[in-house]
Amino acid sequence: MWKKSRTLGGGMIPLLAAAIAGSFWLLLDPGSTLAFLVWLAAVLLTLAWEGRPRLRWALGAVLLLVVLPMAGMANSFLLELTVQIGIYAAMALGLNVVVGLAGLLDLGYAAFFAVGAYTWAIFGSAQAAAFLGGTFPLPGGYFYLFLFIAVITTALVGVLIGLPALRLRGDYLAIVTLAMGEVVRVLANNLDHPINITNGPQGITPIARPPIGWFSDLLGSVGLVLPAYIWYPLFFYLLVLLLIGLITLVNVRLSDSPLGRAWVAIREDEVAARAMGIPLLRTKLMAFATGAAFSGTMGVVFAAKQLFVSPESFTLVQSILILTMVILGGMGSIRGAIVGAALVTVLNLQVLKSLSEYLNVLRQSGAVLDLGFWRYDLSALPTQLEPAKYERLVFGVILVAMMIWRPEGLLPSRRASLELHQGE
Amino acid sequence: MAIIVRRLAIGLLVSGMALLAMPLGAEETRTIKLAVVSPLSGEIAQMGEMIKLGVQLAVEELGPELAARGLRLELAPQDDQANPDVGTGIARRLVNDADVMGVVGHLNSGVAIPASEIYKDYSLVMVSPANTATIVTDRGYATVNRVCGRDDVQGPAGAEFAANTLHVKKIFVVHDKTAYGQGVAQAFAEASRKKGLRVLGFVGTEERANFQPLVLQMRALNPDLVYFGGTYAQAAVLVKQMRDRRIKALYMSDDAIDSEGFVRIAGPAARDVYYTTVAGPSSEFPAAKAFGERFTKRFHRRPEGYAIYAYDAAHVIIAAIRQAGPDRAAIAQAVRHMELEGITGKIAFDDKGDRRLADYFIIHLPEGTYPGKVVRKIAMPAPPRGH
Amino acid sequence: MDWQIILDILPSVLLEGLLLGLVYAMIALGYSMVYGVLGLINFAHSEVFMIGAVAGAEVMIGCVHAGPAAALVLALLAGALVSGMLAVLIERVAYRPLRRRASKVRLVPLITAIGVSFFLQDAARLYLGLVHDDFYRVYPNFELLERTMDLPLQATIQGKGIVLMGVAALMLGVLWFLVVRTPMGRAIRAVAQDREAASLMGIDPDRVITRTFFLGGCLGGVAGVLFGLLYTQINPYSGFFPGIKAFTAAVLGGIGSIPGAALGGLFLGVLEIMGGTYLPLVSDGNIGTEYKDIFAFAVLIAILLFKPSGLLGRGHVEKV
Repeated sequence: MWKKSRTLGGGMIPLLAAAIAGSFWLLLDPGSTLAFLVWLAAVLLTLAWEGRPRLRWALGAVLLLVVLPMAGMANSFLLELTVQIGIYAAMALGLNVVVGLAGLLDLGYAAFFAVGAYTWAIFGSAQAAAFLGGTFPLPGGYFYLFLFIAVITTALVGVLIGLPALRLRGDYLAIVTLAMGEVVRVLANNLDHPINITNGPQGITPIARPPIGWFSDLLGSVGLVLPAYIWYPLFFYLLVLLLIGLITLVNVRLSDSPLGRAWVAIREDEVAARAMGIPLLRTKLMAFATGAAFSGTMGVVFAAKQLFVSPESFTLVQSILILTMVILGGMGSIRGAIVGAALVTVLNLQVLKSLSEYLNVLRQSGAVLDLGFWRYDLSALPTQLEPAKYERLVFGVILVAMMIWRPEGLLPSRRASLELHQGE
Repeated sequence: MAIIVRRLAIGLLVSGMALLAMPLGAEETRTIKLAVVSPLSGEIAQMGEMIKLGVQLAVEELGPELAARGLRLELAPQDDQANPDVGTGIARRLVNDADVMGVVGHLNSGVAIPASEIYKDYSLVMVSPANTATIVTDRGYATVNRVCGRDDVQGPAGAEFAANTLHVKKIFVVHDKTAYGQGVAQAFAEASRKKGLRVLGFVGTEERANFQPLVLQMRALNPDLVYFGGTYAQAAVLVKQMRDRRIKALYMSDDAIDSEGFVRIAGPAARDVYYTTVAGPSSEFPAAKAFGERFTKRFHRRPEGYAIYAYDAAHVIIAAIRQAGPDRAAIAQAVRHMELEGITGKIAFDDKGDRRLADYFIIHLPEGTYPGKVVRKIAMPAPPRGH
Repeated sequence: MDWQIILDILPSVLLEGLLLGLVYAMIALGYSMVYGVLGLINFAHSEVFMIGAVAGAEVMIGCVHAGPAAALVLALLAGALVSGMLAVLIERVAYRPLRRRASKVRLVPLITAIGVSFFLQDAARLYLGLVHDDFYRVYPNFELLERTMDLPLQATIQGKGIVLMGVAALMLGVLWFLVVRTPMGRAIRAVAQDREAASLMGIDPDRVITRTFFLGGCLGGVAGVLFGLLYTQINPYSGFFPGIKAFTAAVLGGIGSIPGAALGGLFLGVLEIMGGTYLPLVSDGNIGTEYKDIFAFAVLIAILLFKPSGLLGRGHVEKV
């Protein structure tokens, strides 16, 4: 059903059209949601279409490194939004290793994000002094070191959770990881006594950010004098782009490595894989730890960006959100994970919210809808209709619809689409 | 069916286009927005809705005053779902909307604290009608203010009443594991200890339905008074299950149960409950009677809880916009130096954004009906910085 | 800590644990039976439970003048029917299309089940918001059901507690009879054992699966009504924790086993109340009631690691 014979030129035309239209529109009207969506479509098409690699690289670079930062200077919310997309994309890539490659359904993935975020939040704020004494927060420069420390702490937690959980079969694993995710959240919420480690429900704030004097100097030296409030959004935007690049590279290398093939073998048939001499537990643990490490690094970025962490950011809904991204994009597909993350984040943070605001505008307009046989005063529109409240409903529909009609995802990995349609 | 859908779609489209066309037609008046952020859905939506309606009334009544400055004030209500993640997301949207000149909000301190970190960076002024956690203003941000009192006064006021008027000796303290509930419960417990009361237990719970483990602990420890730090949905179920199991201890809670919803859920168990609040009922303020009538006329329901405080918070921002014009930094400065006679009395802020003189109330529900009776009213200055 | 106090409240602790445990047992059966015939963790079952509770509350509030007996019976019937039909609907819309495709990827039905579960939570929220402009439903107070009676050893029980025990015992008994003594039960057990062989014997597996979902849903709905009655309020997210604990109970008792699910439910109910009550008392508040939801998870992990077939379950052979 998914023909591979797309002609190279045929795909490029809509891509170029979207890229040019989106870029101009976004630069002229940086506040427009629609313009951003067209720009995003262009970026995603660049990612999705195959062929003409050099042109696509150039196009992607212009869209990501020139157009968006320029528009973001006028409307820094664009940078916030893309940073958020980037954080989720990196996590989707991590979960993709666990669910997509190794076939292990992890429903507690947000726990690793939490561990990463708390790793920096505790030491990058005065919190650590509450149970260690000494002088905290650490200077913001340690942020870069903690990007790596979080890789280690979250990978360790991944192994710790994985050791008991990964002995179980697929569906039991799902519910145990769900439980473990909840345990991590409850611990974060309760470890304010007897020893105050996480500050419990009060959360930790403010959290140190890396010093970026060098970055604003750098911008200044190329003639860009920007207001101070734009420095950090721009810095985080570029940092997240860099991290996604790295994580993607690791992902690509891994999926083509012997370890990656062992993961796929386990996903396909555990018994056969064991018969071939693949050590099941160790291989699965590697997948768990790798996925966890990606999430942990982004947790550090998240903590520094938000300046605040509290247990409420790491609920089951977060885990399912990331799972939805992976499923939408296509299990096992690297490009799919990024595309899925972008679509779900934009839907959640931008489209649903915009619709809610549109409802509010309708309500305040005082207009009356008159269909002849039926009159409706728009100011009576219930606030309960606002779609932004119903993110669970939206994720649920995406998950079910994808599983029924397109289980291989929007951008399937070649292997998955063969496998999932075998029985037809 | 299809025809109806199409007609509906066309109707929506036409009205949408009419809206888009509107600002183009009226070029000389600039539209600015006053945001109100509170939970409009979820467990404590009823309290959040009151904040929204209070601000809405203020915008409708006081907004036209800005016409002299060539400004048209619009209300931008936002639903933070009592969730810090959603709240910071909304904060980021608001600061990047150049038309938003001020924020009234939030209801939950746990949401207000991270959100105000964002408002601060963009000089967007926030006036809170309801956040009582001490850290909200203790950070000393120039953009963060509140028209209500603080937990480090509210908690001790409750403890003082429990010790000296109710004459209890042993207390059992429960909180809901949120930044707000835990904070106020801690302030209450500490002040009680200082008054020589015995704190038999200090327990947090996220539970919403089954409070039996807590009730059984109360049975084992036999306290004279149970204090709950948290919001009404849980407070009501807890007291109901206590009374079901014949726990006779007095029950006291905080300003977040100041809602008709508490009485509705608790039923007969709401009888004889005490709570402290920083938002007095309308009957306490001379100017509030007329406000109550206007409110009821406009929204067909009685104002509750924070409605008047939300109105006053909006009043402060609107007055500041009139002074300073559509300039965020100037508005924030004007708010900090504003002095005006609100419905809840004289409003003026100290150097960290606390109201100079805030009222604290102790309210009793002798019959288990809402609203209750004010048994004590205390006016207290905000503690100075770093106290 | 005074040990006398601990002993004094022990009868009450056990009684409360029993009430909660019966609710868990009834939900657990829904998981257990579906897992038996389909090998699927029906994540949406916790929402079937929650929606049954909402339906029961609606009926009970509507019949508030009809007297406690009529209101209660109607509410239980409504809860059972709404939940039973909802469970069948879920099976038809979400799970059957996947079975038809016979995909060999095990994750597919599991992910679908999670999606359905999330969908139903917010669907219930939307319903409550639009119809009642509220987030929860509150069960009405009937004097007869609320009346507190004294038992020996300082324990007390309310009218609704007695109702809960009676209804739960009746439901568990009826279910046991249906599954063990009737042709329908035999068909269910046959499909659970080997779907293909059963269909060769002239059993229509789809019909059996539909009936299994209906039975499990009915039980879940009744459990929901009893849960709401006992603990007053029900909201769209009330299903999550009881659901995961009931699943744990099913695994603990041995998935597929009716007495096992009942036993597992009772054990978890008592464990939760005991742990939640005694841990803060003996640890002087350092380990609080807030950890009570974690006990179930610890049990789940321990049982899966050390005795995955559960207490009363049959051994499991990995099918290759």
